[in-house]
Amino acid sequence: MSAVANPTRAAREDTPRSPQAGAPVVRLHDVHKSFGALKVLDGVSLDVGPGEVAAIIGQSGSGKSTALRCINALETIQQGTIHVCGHAIHDPQLDRRALRRDVGIVFQSYNLFPHLTAEQNIMLAPTCVKGMTKAQARELAREVLSHVGLAEKAEHYPEQLSGGQQQRVAIARSLAMRPKLMLFDEVTSALDPQLTGEVLKVMENLAREGMTMILVTHEMAFARKVASKVVYMHRGRVWETGTGAMLDDPQTPELRAFIGNGL
Amino acid sequence: MQSFGLAHVEFLAWAALWTVGLSAIAFVGGGLLGFAVALLRVSANPAARLAAIVYIQIVQGTPLLILLFLIYFGVAVIGFTGVPAILAAGAGLTIYASGFLAEIWRGCIQSVPKTQWEAAECLALTRWQRMTRVILPQALRIATPPTVGFLVQIVKNTSLASVVGFVELAQAGKLINNSIFEPFTIFVTVAVFYFALCFPLSTWSRSLERTLNVSRR
Ligand SMILES: Nc1ncnc2c1ncn2[C@@H]1O[C@H](COP(=O)(O)OP(=O)(O)O)[C@@H](O)[C@H]1O
Ligand SMILES: [Mg+2]
Repeated sequence: MSAVANPTRAAREDTPRSPQAGAPVVRLHDVHKSFGALKVLDGVSLDVGPGEVAAIIGQSGSGKSTALRCINALETIQQGTIHVCGHAIHDPQLDRRALRRDVGIVFQSYNLFPHLTAEQNIMLAPTCVKGMTKAQARELAREVLSHVGLAEKAEHYPEQLSGGQQQRVAIARSLAMRPKLMLFDEVTSALDPQLTGEVLKVMENLAREGMTMILVTHEMAFARKVASKVVYMHRGRVWETGTGAMLDDPQTPELRAFIGNGL
Repeated sequence: MQSFGLAHVEFLAWAALWTVGLSAIAFVGGGLLGFAVALLRVSANPAARLAAIVYIQIVQGTPLLILLFLIYFGVAVIGFTGVPAILAAGAGLTIYASGFLAEIWRGCIQSVPKTQWEAAECLALTRWQRMTRVILPQALRIATPPTVGFLVQIVKNTSLASVVGFVELAQAGKLINNSIFEPFTIFVTVAVFYFALCFPLSTWSRSLERTLNVSRR
């Protein structure tokens, strides 16, 4: 279950986008995380450079969401170090709010605020956190909404929007904080194929604009096309990493089986 | 001896106003205190949470009658004599209402999904901003029907204020009965007054619940 992993793959680290210059935006080193007796992350190490798009794939329960949540300090780790945009996540003195100004996260379940319109959802953090005036924040909201193709839905409440539209509002809400890093946790898993497409397009545009992104996804075609780095997680470990091409030529039986399952 | 007449109904109507006034005091006072206790009950500080739990348990575990006696006579023991009945009754009902409203509202706050807290946290909102801008507005919607429902309990329980000498609806009925002794007529009339006060409230509570269910997709 263990030593099969990385070595063969380490050589493939050179990416086609070659955005590796500069210090990594995210660096996980030997991260261990358990929930009680359940070991969920078992020595995860991972670097994501500026402008890179890392896609984390793997079976359900392999620790992908937990890894993302640790990066955003939603979970505390028991061992190892995590650095994100200059913040030491493992440090008990971590300034969480400063971290969250630099990192946006989008969840599978959108998590929009149901009592606020799309626009108000987006305006909340810029006014509360960045001290923008209502007018400035509204202008910003319109801007990020048109960025995700929803300018005309500004006044709609979440329940008046489709799943795909809600998810795009959620992405816009994160973007309004001008994050240096975006995390996406299976953001299309709750959507039917057509709506999935419109959300993926937004993410692809973001990637093209140079946003550093880590996304957990089941969309293999998307990972192959957009990601500069693909990370296969298995049993709480980084089992294989490489470029999108890794998916066509898996080195471990586990990844082969995973891809073979048509996931 | 005169028999039950318009003058008595008028007397009861005045007393009903006192019932309304006392209910309002209890609701406003109990609401403010209960809201503070509910916030403590869900705070991040374990000591504050424990204090709130103890408070709620003690208040809910004490009969209102005893609470009223404690305040009315207890305050006298400490040295304040001649506490006005309205103050004693108002304080007792305020404490009583705060214990129950705190618990009702705690439930409403905690029924807002944890993911809402998380989403707000991930947008760098402070704990206070998360509470006031994201959680409480949603909790408020959930809280309205049970809160209005509890108002009915408060209105009915003001009848206990008679034990500290406060003349509200029930006590007024008793006073009339002492002089003309027509218990059936008198207390049916008293009951009609209570019904007239409570029925609109419970109807309102039920209609709020219905609209809430409808608007929840
Ligand atoms: N808060 C939690 N408490 C206990 N166990 C958890 C918690 N979150 C996740 N887990 C467990 O950790 C394992 C990995 O979960 P997760 O990171 O969500 O996997 P993935 O996203 O790859 O499907 C699962 O077995 C899950 O049940
Ligand atoms: Mg997951």
